[in-house]
Order: sequence, then C-alpha cells, then structure tokens
Amino acid sequence: MKQEFIITAYSENHIGLLNRITIIFTRRKVNIESLTVSQSALKGISKFTIVVNETKDRVVNIVKQIDKQIEVLKAFYNTNDEMIFQEIALYKVPTVALMESDQIEKMIRLHNARILEITREYTVIEKTGHEEETQALFEGLNTFGVLQFIRSGRIAITRSPIERLSEFLKERDSLFEKLEEKKKI
Amino acid sequence: MTSLTNDNIPGQEPEEITGSEAVIRSLIAEGVDTIFGYPGGAIMPVYDALHDHHHNLKHVLTRHEQGAVHAAQGYARVSGKVGVCIATSGPGATNLITGIADALIDSTPLVCITGQVLSGLLGTDAFQESDVIGITMPVTKWNYQITSAEEIPEAIARAFYIASTGRPGPVVLDITKDAQFAKVLYSYAKCVKIRSYVPEYPADKELLRKAADLINNAKKPYLLYGQGVMLSGGEKELISFLDKSGIPAAGTLLGLSSIPTDHPLNMGMLGMHGNYGPNIKTNQCDVLIAVGMRFDDRVTGTVGTYAKQAKIIHIEIDPAEIDKNVKTDVALIGDAKHTLRLLSHLVQAKQHPEWLAEFKAAKDVEEEKVIKNDLAPQKAGMTMAEVVRMASDLTDNRAVVVTDVGQNQMAAARYTKFEDSRSWVTSGGLGTMGFGLPAAMGAKLGAPDREVVVFTGDGGMQMTLQELGTIAQEKLAVKIVILNNHFLGMVRQWQELFFEKRYSFTEILSPDFVKLADAYGIPGSAVNHREDLEREMKKMFDTDGPYLLEVHIEKEDNIFPMVPQGKSVAQIILSADELK
Repeated sequence: MKQEFIITAYSENHIGLLNRITIIFTRRKVNIESLTVSQSALKGISKFTIVVNETKDRVVNIVKQIDKQIEVLKAFYNTNDEMIFQEIALYKVPTVALMESDQIEKMIRLHNARILEITREYTVIEKTGHEEETQALFEGLNTFGVLQFIRSGRIAITRSPIERLSEFLKERDSLFEKLEEKKKI
Repeated sequence: MTSLTNDNIPGQEPEEITGSEAVIRSLIAEGVDTIFGYPGGAIMPVYDALHDHHHNLKHVLTRHEQGAVHAAQGYARVSGKVGVCIATSGPGATNLITGIADALIDSTPLVCITGQVLSGLLGTDAFQESDVIGITMPVTKWNYQITSAEEIPEAIARAFYIASTGRPGPVVLDITKDAQFAKVLYSYAKCVKIRSYVPEYPADKELLRKAADLINNAKKPYLLYGQGVMLSGGEKELISFLDKSGIPAAGTLLGLSSIPTDHPLNMGMLGMHGNYGPNIKTNQCDVLIAVGMRFDDRVTGTVGTYAKQAKIIHIEIDPAEIDKNVKTDVALIGDAKHTLRLLSHLVQAKQHPEWLAEFKAAKDVEEEKVIKNDLAPQKAGMTMAEVVRMASDLTDNRAVVVTDVGQNQMAAARYTKFEDSRSWVTSGGLGTMGFGLPAAMGAKLGAPDREVVVFTGDGGMQMTLQELGTIAQEKLAVKIVILNNHFLGMVRQWQELFFEKRYSFTEILSPDFVKLADAYGIPGSAVNHREDLEREMKKMFDTDGPYLLEVHIEKEDNIFPMVPQGKSVAQIILSADELK
C-alpha cells in the first residue's frame, strides 16, 4: 500500500550528487513529491529531505540505493508520524482586498499566518504548516484572488534529542577502526 | 631524465609537471601496466604524455571505444586488477557507455578516463562536448569531472579505491583539456579511506551463529555461489566450507570457474539455461545459502515461487542487495572470503549422501534428455556443445573462456569444464552482444601465459569485428571460435518457442569470416563437417598467435534445459515438447 514517507539523506556537499539521488527515483518511475536540500548542523554536510508517496518495499529499496552513493553518509526513511515537519508558503493577494473587508485579516489570525510586505498593489502573506494547512489558507485567500502562490519542499526533524548524524558519525569512526583491525589480522 | 625515474616512487618530492603527465604517473603509481583506448582532440595532451611512458605503460589502440572498454573489462576479470580505458570527449565517451553499464551490473572494477572540452567551454555545445558526467551517472559507481590539474592525483587515487573496493564497479573521470595542459605540483598518495563510503562491514557474530544453526540443522542444505567468491578471492574458503559441510553447490553464470567443474559437490549451473538439478533443487532444499550473488531474475525465474520452502542465508558485500529480490532469513553482510572463513568454523562436518543422490538422479535425467544429444548428436549438423567441449578437452580445461551473448554463451557456460578460477569472462547482467571479441583481447593481456578462447556467434561477431585489427596489430594470441548458425540464434529460439516460429529479422548474412581474418593477416579455417572439427581445432591451438575458427553449426538448434520466462525454477523444461 502506498503512503507518504520522508526520506532523509546526509551527504558530502558534492556537485552532481543531487542528480545521482534523483535518478534513483526516475529509474523506478517514482515521483518526488517534494525535495529540500540544505546544510545540516554539521558544516560541509548537506541534508536532503525527500517526500514520496510509495510502498514501503519500494522506499526501502530506494533508500538503500541512496545510501550506496559514494558521497552519501547515511540515508534513512520515516513515516510522517515519526517526524516533526513543516512547509512554508507565500501568498500574494491584492492589497485592495484587505482594505475592502476584514475577512483576510481574520483568516491571517485564524491560520497563524503573518504579513511580510504591504505595498499599494499587493500584500505578501507567509504561513508555515503542513500541506493541508497551507492549502486551506490558499483556498480561503483565493476567494479574493491569489496573485501568486508558492509552497516550499518539506523540512523535517526527528523526535530524538540530537541530530542522528553525530551519533552516526561516531558509529562510523568505530566501524573504520574495526575494519582496520580486521586488515591487520 | 629524472622525470622518468620518478614513476615508481609515489608520494616523493613534489615536482611541477603537466596535468596530463600527472594522469600517466598516477596510473603507474596505481600499478597499472596496460590501458586500452582511442585518441581524439580533448584527450590529446594525455596521449602526448603517454608517448614518453610506453616503456612501462602499455597502451592498446582499439578500433572503437566500445572495444577499449570491453577489453578493459576482460583484463579486469581475469587479472583481478582494475581495468583502465581512455577515450576522448563527446562520441569517444558515449561509445564507452555500453561497457560501463555492463561493468556496473557485473561488478567489474574499471577506471575510464575521458577527455572533455576546455572548462571555459563547458555548457556551450562546444565541438565534441557531451555531458559525460550526466550521461554516465546512472551507470557508474562514481564519477567526477576534473577541471584543474591540482585535482588529478587525488581524483585518480579515489577512482582506483572506489572501483576496486567493496562491490567493485566502474568509475569515470572526465578531465577538461585545460586541466590536462595546466601545471601541477605532483605528488601521489593512494586513497585508503573515504568518510562517506564503507566498502565492507565487520562480521556480525550473532548472525553468523544464527546462520550456522540453520545450516547445522538442515536436512537439505544447498549453496549458490556467485561472482562475489572470485571478487573476494574466496575460492579456497568456498571449497573448504563445502568440503567440511558436505553441502552441494551450484554457480550462477558469473560464478562459473570459482570452483572446479568436477569438484564432487559442484552440481553445475543455475539459471534460465542452467542445469536441471540445480534449478529444481532450489525449490526443494530446506536451507539456501547464497554467496556473493544477487538473485538475478535469470537465476530465480518468477521470484514469487522461488525457494519459498527454504530458509535463506545471504552472504553479500553490498547491503543494497539484501532483500532486494528475495527476502532472506539471515543476511551476512560482508565479503564472501572472510564470511565463509568465519562460517566454516561454526558449521559441523557432515555428509548428505541422500540429498546428493537426488542431485545425481536429476543429473541423469538431464544427461539422458539433453546432454547426450548435445555432446554426441545423432544428426549430421554440429552442435555448439560439442565444439565447446572439444575446446575444453584440448586445453585440459585450463583455458580462459570468453563468450559473446546468446546461444554461444549458454553452450560455452554449460559445456566448458573449469579447473582454475578466473577462467570465465562473459557479459551476464547486461547481456551485451559484441562483448566477446574485445573482452578476449583484454583477457589475453590480463593473463598472457594462458590460452584464451572466445566463443562468439555470427551475430555478436559482426558487432565488434573491427577489433580483428587490434588483435592483428598487437599480435594477441586470441583463439576465436565463431559458432555460425546463420541466425541470431537465441532470439530465433524464442521466436520458435514463443512466437510461433515467426522468424522476424533473425536470419543474418555474414561475410566469409576466414577471408576476413586473412585480410587482417590472421590465420583461420572453417569447419563444415564434424570429422574435420578436431583437426582444425588442434591446428588452431597449435598456431602461435591469433586464429579464427569458423564452425558451421546446425541452423535451428535450441539450448535446453530452459526455465521459460514467467515460470518457476521448478518448471524447467528439457525439450520443446514440454511446452506443448
């Protein structure tokens, strides 16, 4: 059964790695619902957050293939309920719509959104939340005509107290030590 | 003068040299002695540097870049070293792609160096520019574009480390022409570790014990060996494990020659055209131990009905292979050699006479229904099997056997007897027609003291026959056996069996191959009748240097047994009658 999974990969910051990762999905005709790449808490290490709607078997296979890429330090997957995640959305509405009634103002309060910029012609509103939430605000605002709308890819963080990567890097150091010992034998 | 003597002392006193010189010195520092390639505009500086080093770095000029990469594959497969090939940008690089894809799926260590346009011209559709990094990304273990000379030594060191460690595979280095021209303060240090790359994992003692328990309690244990055994150098460990545990074993197509054909516990070959017993017993064993193999669909038949009754132990170096096709009960991630050695200590010494007798009974059936007719046919037309077996006999089973793809490949796999490891070079995963002849050139250079025989068909031969030019120029003692049935035989077989004999474009006209060889100065002969076969084949082996033997085979002969596509290994058929 298909469901939403969040795939996370830590990697070296390497030109072309994004392509190497995305072709793993392309080859299997799996659509990437959202993709975000940024620097992680550790300098020089990038973090990919990829959302797919797929079966678990397929996701496991994909994660192993990502993990196999030379510059990938570690890849893993989670279900939505295992992570805290957000997306950010920006909406541009005509300022005149704000002037004519208080409905947009109410909507902004109700949705915990905020205004980033107001000009004579337009107002830019920002909202973070899950896709349903940013979408709900879009539907509301669109009754007044949304001029532009953009939603980011998902960012997600685990519920464990520290970044998994630091634990993982420690494990890897001890792994390399073990392998050194094995070579000596 | 000093520049030449520095070759073999890597890491010593930095010296300012060109990037192209650094490429050559880095290759020599990695122990490379033979490379295959084809020059062109964007790689000319490297070829210029090569001119000064031909005394200790042999370059073989192939007739097509595809020939260079397949030759590098053949070289790597028999020597256990990294195969190296060089091509220019654009079409030179794209001509390598088939071989790179072949090397990836068959885990062959390669370093492919391609020239690239000047870095300032990247992305401008410059003459002979192609996006080699983009194109090769899905078919390489790693690839990297070098745009400055300073990157060269480290990138080459990484390339060799990545290609040769863990599950081996092909690496592409794309070097812009300006990086080849630029100066670099050269020193070389081999790569020994990459933080983000774990080539192997230490053994898990708990899982080893669990595996040993399964094996020790098994009534009908069965071992499948793949190429991972040879890649890890674990041939002796496999034999010790089998001898101690008494477990019967069968090889995948790529695993052939890991252990001698006649080892008492070697039951033969797996797969679509493998042996009868090894296939049906897969669905009757109680514990299946898969070593260094990846459960390819040509091995498993329909995976939904594959070995469902058995507990499965998978020894495999690549974690991505675990549970990919077949779900395992115990996964031992590690190289075959090391893991088998550890597992041998934990398994009990046993014999399984009744279980072996079942294999023997299956073998007798195959002998009666297939092998007898293949090796001693009653009809006038010759079979591929008898040609292959004769070559095996005449070389005391000691030759390196290279094949093309199709019926010739399956006949060679089924009827060659192996004595020594690394004696088998074939394109398994990708099934690349045209692989045979160039791979045989590389095999000969990788094992110069061994006899190298290539079996190819009239179809595959015509895909890369320009390499006869390379064979002639380099005087490579490759024995070429063309099994000519005037058809694209395997496709014709499928058309006969599954497409109502509608022979759509499988009848193929060939040149007079012997005359063609003669045009290159390569001796040869053709055999039309069985009584001439032995004489001509002896002549072939007695001839110094290359030889081309064209054998006219029965036109519409089939390879059996066969696990028809979409069927279970238990539904293997021994003749076309069983399809009716």
